[in-house]
Amino acid sequence: MKRIDSPKKLEDIRKEIIGARDPDKPCITICSGTGCRAFGSENVTESFRKELKKHGLEETIDVRTTGCHGFCEKGPVVVINPHGIFYQKVSPKDTNEIITETLLNNKVIERLLYTHPETGQKIVKESEIPFYKGQMRVIFGNNGKIDPTSIDDYIAIGGYSALSITLTDYSPVEIIEIIKKSGLRGRGGGGFPAGVKWESCRNAAGNKHYVICNADEGDPGAYMDRSLLEGNPHSVLEGMIIGAYAIGSDEGYIYVRNEYPLAVRNVEIAIASLKECGLLGENILGSGLNFDIKVSRGGGAFVCGESSALVASLEGRVGEPRAKHIHRVESGIWDQPTNLNNVETWANVPLIINKGVDWYTSIGTEGSKGTKIFSLVGKVNNTGLVEVPMGMNIKEIVYEIGGGIPEGRKLKAVQTGGPSGGVIPESLMDVPVDFDRLTDVGSMMGSGGMIVMDDKTCMVDTAKYFMNFLRGESCGKCTTCREGTQRMYEILEAISNGDGKEGDIELLEELSWAVAEGSLCALGQTAPNPVLSTIRYFRDEYEAHIKEKRCPAGVCKALITYSIDEENCTGCGACKKVCPVEAITGEKKELHTIDPDKCIRCGACMAACNFDAVKVV
Amino acid sequence: MDHKCIDKILEKYGHQESSIIAILQDLQEEENYLPENDLAYISENLPIPLTRIYRIATFYNAFNLTPRGKYPVSVCMGTACHVRGAPMVFDRVRLELGIDIGGVTEDGLFSLETVNCLGACALGPIVVIGKEYHGNMTPAKVESTIKKYRKRIAKEK
Amino acid sequence: MIKFTIDGVEVEAEEGQNVLQVALDNGFDIPHLCYHEALEPYGACRLCQVEITKGNRTRLTTSCNYPALEGIQVQTGTEKVIKARKMVIELLLARSPNVPVIKDLAEEYSVGTPRFTLGDDDCILCGLCERVCREIVGVEAISFLGRGSDRKVGPPLEINPQTCIGCGACAYVCPTDCIKVEENENERTIVRWGRTLPMKKCKVCGRSFAPWFQLDYFGKITEGIPSDFWDKCPDCR
Repeated sequence: MKRIDSPKKLEDIRKEIIGARDPDKPCITICSGTGCRAFGSENVTESFRKELKKHGLEETIDVRTTGCHGFCEKGPVVVINPHGIFYQKVSPKDTNEIITETLLNNKVIERLLYTHPETGQKIVKESEIPFYKGQMRVIFGNNGKIDPTSIDDYIAIGGYSALSITLTDYSPVEIIEIIKKSGLRGRGGGGFPAGVKWESCRNAAGNKHYVICNADEGDPGAYMDRSLLEGNPHSVLEGMIIGAYAIGSDEGYIYVRNEYPLAVRNVEIAIASLKECGLLGENILGSGLNFDIKVSRGGGAFVCGESSALVASLEGRVGEPRAKHIHRVESGIWDQPTNLNNVETWANVPLIINKGVDWYTSIGTEGSKGTKIFSLVGKVNNTGLVEVPMGMNIKEIVYEIGGGIPEGRKLKAVQTGGPSGGVIPESLMDVPVDFDRLTDVGSMMGSGGMIVMDDKTCMVDTAKYFMNFLRGESCGKCTTCREGTQRMYEILEAISNGDGKEGDIELLEELSWAVAEGSLCALGQTAPNPVLSTIRYFRDEYEAHIKEKRCPAGVCKALITYSIDEENCTGCGACKKVCPVEAITGEKKELHTIDPDKCIRCGACMAACNFDAVKVV
Repeated sequence: MDHKCIDKILEKYGHQESSIIAILQDLQEEENYLPENDLAYISENLPIPLTRIYRIATFYNAFNLTPRGKYPVSVCMGTACHVRGAPMVFDRVRLELGIDIGGVTEDGLFSLETVNCLGACALGPIVVIGKEYHGNMTPAKVESTIKKYRKRIAKEK
Repeated sequence: MIKFTIDGVEVEAEEGQNVLQVALDNGFDIPHLCYHEALEPYGACRLCQVEITKGNRTRLTTSCNYPALEGIQVQTGTEKVIKARKMVIELLLARSPNVPVIKDLAEEYSVGTPRFTLGDDDCILCGLCERVCREIVGVEAISFLGRGSDRKVGPPLEINPQTCIGCGACAYVCPTDCIKVEENENERTIVRWGRTLPMKKCKVCGRSFAPWFQLDYFGKITEGIPSDFWDKCPDCR
């Protein structure tokens, strides 16, 4: 890699890279995000390479492994360029056919295309699939176009031009003004205005200023930060370098989960190439800016998403939050002024500089500008990462992008904000995704998890799930948080076991108040939200558990029994075969029965039955 | 672990106490867990009080103080997996292996742990065995998958 | 000098003092279990919560780690404060139902039988022992272990901390008296940590008075004290 030591050199190199590329050269693009990898995309890539070699086509057809395309449900995803043909669920045995048919003979393979679930129509291009159509992929869209390990790829699509503009045309204070005017709010959960944070950090007294990228995505069910870092690390790094210039920092950290090995690898590769070409280090682009970024791997603790805990972890200590009246911007890492933003926030920065404040503020709502990436997961047809303009309502996301609920079941609620958030019931599905509106309905934006729940999801169980998570993830320092989450979990467990008592709901509410008011950090202060929001919208479901000892959703084991429906049972024996405790009896082709005393309610029979004969009462 | 190898790790991080988490991560990567003797060696040579090492090793999810199985079985307990039936899958894994979280099967082949989210929610519920992902798990699939592993291991022997 | 009010009474504080210390010095009664004036405030027990108004914002916060600031108004007994404090007491009592100091607090605040399953751990995880061992004694023999509801205090490997000098400072600061020190003629045992150490006999009276480890350590970290000072028991010095 050549040194890029001036804005002009950057443009020269960009021209050179683009010039050397033939836009019409066929290219097989294989999604290598974590979802597609889990579906076996690496084997698909290997198979393509082998087949191309066999055909002697290695030079004429490119193979590019890219970051996550977002449509994880249909992985492994392969896009054939330049025509943009979108193939889904590709396996190694399809690769030869794709080469001979599509690449050599311009024929589309129907079988691998996406089928519109309602019209049954086959869709050829990625952009025409309903999942992508409703999205606005300004942050996430480049993931599918570039090889995240190639800085050339990023430069070819305009990478580091925002940095170049920043260093050439603006003073640090002007950049802060731009970010303030853009209305960019932190995407990590709190929604604090990024420009205001930058300004206070810049103005805070200290020997040294730090910028940190929080990539410790601890919210279970959210993985957009991971996909951004894996799929387009340079966009995040460029944001950080611009931030460093604005704040006056010469050292930055990326705190990334160790459970995200691919993100760690790709961001390390990206940093190494930046150092090699001089975009990190001393005198960046000849501007006099010195800045370096280090990668620090997190140890796995949800509480480290809290800024003071994260700082403690970076310093090599346990992630225990510090008192809240000390502001991180003034006294962060090594007690120096520190500005912390999350992955998605940083990735917004180059976009704002490139496209301008007017463009950026035209997207979104009054109080929430730009787009937001959500991980749309749970009981939804199109699981994946979706980027939508702020202000789109949840219903549109779930039905139009997400394709609705599987098996034609009924939507019950959508959970946002992770363990700090809450459930939003079906009746409020027209609430827009907007920092303030989500808070109004008892949930929050959080980092962008959006978990869809159908009528087979129990709200007591959901609350219990989050309390179980939080009692383990609390650092354990504050009595209120440590003992409070534990006691709330115990009460919820009793309710789901059929041991709920009159007054339990009120006790949960009382505890919620004490935990929220009396805990030091955001983990404890928001911990009761999953309980409070489920009580707020599904109080009758709690009462059914407590008073009638009934779980309406059929989830809480102690309150349900499995039985076999006489009409539907064909006597195939599939249920009997999978029962781990021999609770099912019955002769071939005759009605089977379940012994409720032996049954451990594992659900295996229900999953195994092809005739919908196993019922939960 | 060989002391020379630990020295290498300590040197890689410039003997800095602030890098203790990374040092322990590297050690665990090599050894599959954090052996007591190695921690004592690190304590003496970094140097750092042993209490601080144990505080960190018991605080973060990433660390194990006891050996894990040859194939650590890890059940994703993320919210997306949960609503798709992860608890039932987890119960079945427990039943099938006869161990609880943190346990190792008698033959040393499998150990059981849970993770908060693997970020592969489209495949939920997910069980990772060794380094292989198994998606869309059901209780019945747990049984057949573990059987497959047992067979494969028996063959390798 | 910083001036602010506590329950409407004007008080004065030095720069760097915390609100709890100033309140205690001025005779205000704020319950607290994890605070000791010789140690860094930690804010773990949450008993010392008060309402503090700064500018136009009032919030519930722990007073032990809140700095004394010019012009703030501190309220120590509002309805909100009492409600929060009572729940903390109920949670602590449920965890440690046999500890006298907590039982007394429960009585004082009319907290009846906890509505939660009772535990039997006398340790409330205030962290005073851990802090005194690290900040004052300087041997770091014990620390917090684990996280969340599994958190506890103890030595590495949970038994017999090798750096423990048996000084007993941890037992001295423990508010619930859950760290017991037992002595026989020749040995001292810190029961909770499973640490037993041989004791030195006084050169003068012949009585065992302190663990060898402790005296050696004190000899090492102090200056200008004659070496035979540590050979005699406090009574014979």
